[in-house]
Amino acid sequence: MNAFSNTAAVAPNIPYATDERALISPAAEPRETGTRRLALGRTIPFGALIGPALLLVIWSIGSIAGLIDPRTLPAPWSVVGTAIDLIAEGKLQHHLMTSAWRAAQGLVFGVLIGTILALISGLSRLGEAIIDGPVQIKRAIPTLALIPLLMLWFGIGEGMKVTTIALAVLIPIYIQTHSSLRSIDSRYVELAQTLRMGYGEFIRQVILPGALPGFFLGLRFAVTYAWLSLVVVEQVNATSGIGYMIDLARNYGQTDIIIVGLVVYALLGLASDGIVRFFQERSLSWRRTLAD
Amino acid sequence: MASHLGGLSGAPVVRVESLVRRFGPRTILDGLSLDIERGEFVALLGRSGSGKSTLLRARADLDDKVSGSGRLETPDKKSVVFQDARLLPWKRVLENVVFGLDLPEAAERGRVALEEVGLSGRENAWPVELSGGEQQRVALARSLVRDPELLLADEPFGALDALTRLRMHDLLRQLCARHQPAVLLVTHDVDEAVTLADRVLVLDNGGIAADIAIDIPTPRDHGDRRFGEIRSQLLRHLGVETKPVLPV
Ligand SMILES: Nc1ncnc2c1ncn2[C@@H]1O[C@H](COP(=O)(O)OP(=O)(O)OP(=O)(O)O)[C@@H](O)[C@H]1O
Ligand SMILES: [Mg+2]
Repeated sequence: MNAFSNTAAVAPNIPYATDERALISPAAEPRETGTRRLALGRTIPFGALIGPALLLVIWSIGSIAGLIDPRTLPAPWSVVGTAIDLIAEGKLQHHLMTSAWRAAQGLVFGVLIGTILALISGLSRLGEAIIDGPVQIKRAIPTLALIPLLMLWFGIGEGMKVTTIALAVLIPIYIQTHSSLRSIDSRYVELAQTLRMGYGEFIRQVILPGALPGFFLGLRFAVTYAWLSLVVVEQVNATSGIGYMIDLARNYGQTDIIIVGLVVYALLGLASDGIVRFFQERSLSWRRTLAD
Repeated sequence: MASHLGGLSGAPVVRVESLVRRFGPRTILDGLSLDIERGEFVALLGRSGSGKSTLLRARADLDDKVSGSGRLETPDKKSVVFQDARLLPWKRVLENVVFGLDLPEAAERGRVALEEVGLSGRENAWPVELSGGEQQRVALARSLVRDPELLLADEPFGALDALTRLRMHDLLRQLCARHQPAVLLVTHDVDEAVTLADRVLVLDNGGIAADIAIDIPTPRDHGDRRFGEIRSQLLRHLGVETKPVLPV
């Protein structure tokens, strides 16, 4: 998932390449042959859906034509059928809720801790001396490599799972928020100083809004990392959750259930990224006006 | 402008005595002394690198990391207009004007200040939606809404085109006549200095090399003979030779 296509998400709205052409009278038309447009041109409506739809078509045709063995990859409609059955039995919702709850807890703790650490280390030299080193070390160790240790410490229950997710989430939040805090233009600091602004007010009005773009960028990474870690912890040891459902299906060779699980993961990832982007665009509307 | 030179006397608002500022081995300001009267408009000229900004920053209390000595008295109520408008991009225009102003009637005063600079109706715009000149007007409103006794401005119009700059001169003159702050305006532009100021200083070699009172009645005409004389006098102090002004 490209969690970073911050600009790509808004850039296609720029209509200059084509709209300008409409304003040019036919007489001026030849000018165009001389100038080569470097921009990409008009955006395709719902362009993002074309690729996935094409895949779906190929998959369907392959299934109908018998080119794809149903044991390797069941037909789209049988996957949909399986999903309906799972929902009717209440299993899918149950696993989904468990997974979502785990991810949400890990995300909340990770975001809170990451933000607090970033603020402490971003706003004081001492804080940075104490916090930044350990976080960088933690960053160098893949979170998933910590799972054996976390299992020994926290057992194999929910605590271990939420901790693993939180540890993975905290890193991007910390890194992005911290660097955004530190790169706030010193000219604004000067301004606040000449306006005799108090420290608390300065943090609230200058530092926090200035760090918000970094925080949101970190959050978009964080959401991706949360799902990623969720998948792993659920397959390591779990008795419920989408990952457990997939793992169980693997034991019985139920490819259709595995596909349902993967589709659910994809939808969760896309939906949560969409939610973050929604809030990002709303809180950073002062910036969006630039791209419009 | 010259009108409020006479009547207002008393202790100067700004008093600088033997101010020294050093960057490493280089002494930029070397025992500089300067007084500014209440409500007086002083323009500061000087070659690039002569220490104009250093002097202004010393007065804006922005140089705590710079080594130096000297006595410096400035009023608490002072505000600074920078070369860039320096608006916070995440605050709307009105919020920028009253930024850091902790008063119950802040919003109302902000609106009035925006009206004074001709920007009423734009209160809710984002800074990126304004032109350079409009942004600088917002910065001016932000300074004036605090009713400063001293307005410090470091080439506030340097980034504006010539036409906008002339408009800003008129605006600044009107606003200063109304609010009567003492002004220290750093500029490169000799005409700007002579048009606006009651007194023009030339900074050179770490001290005040020239201190010229402008005795031309306002509004001042660039074509005026006296204007031309003062201009060439200042340019000589700045090390630029000019042809003698031809009598009309
Ligand atoms: N932070 C600093 N560190 C080292 N040297 C500095 C610093 N700030 C200014 N200087 C030096 O002090 C001298 C005076 O700088 P200043 O900015 O006051 O000049 P200025 O008169 O405002 O010039 P300009 O008209 O180009 O803005 C310059 O030679 C500059 O190199
Ligand atoms: Mg300067």
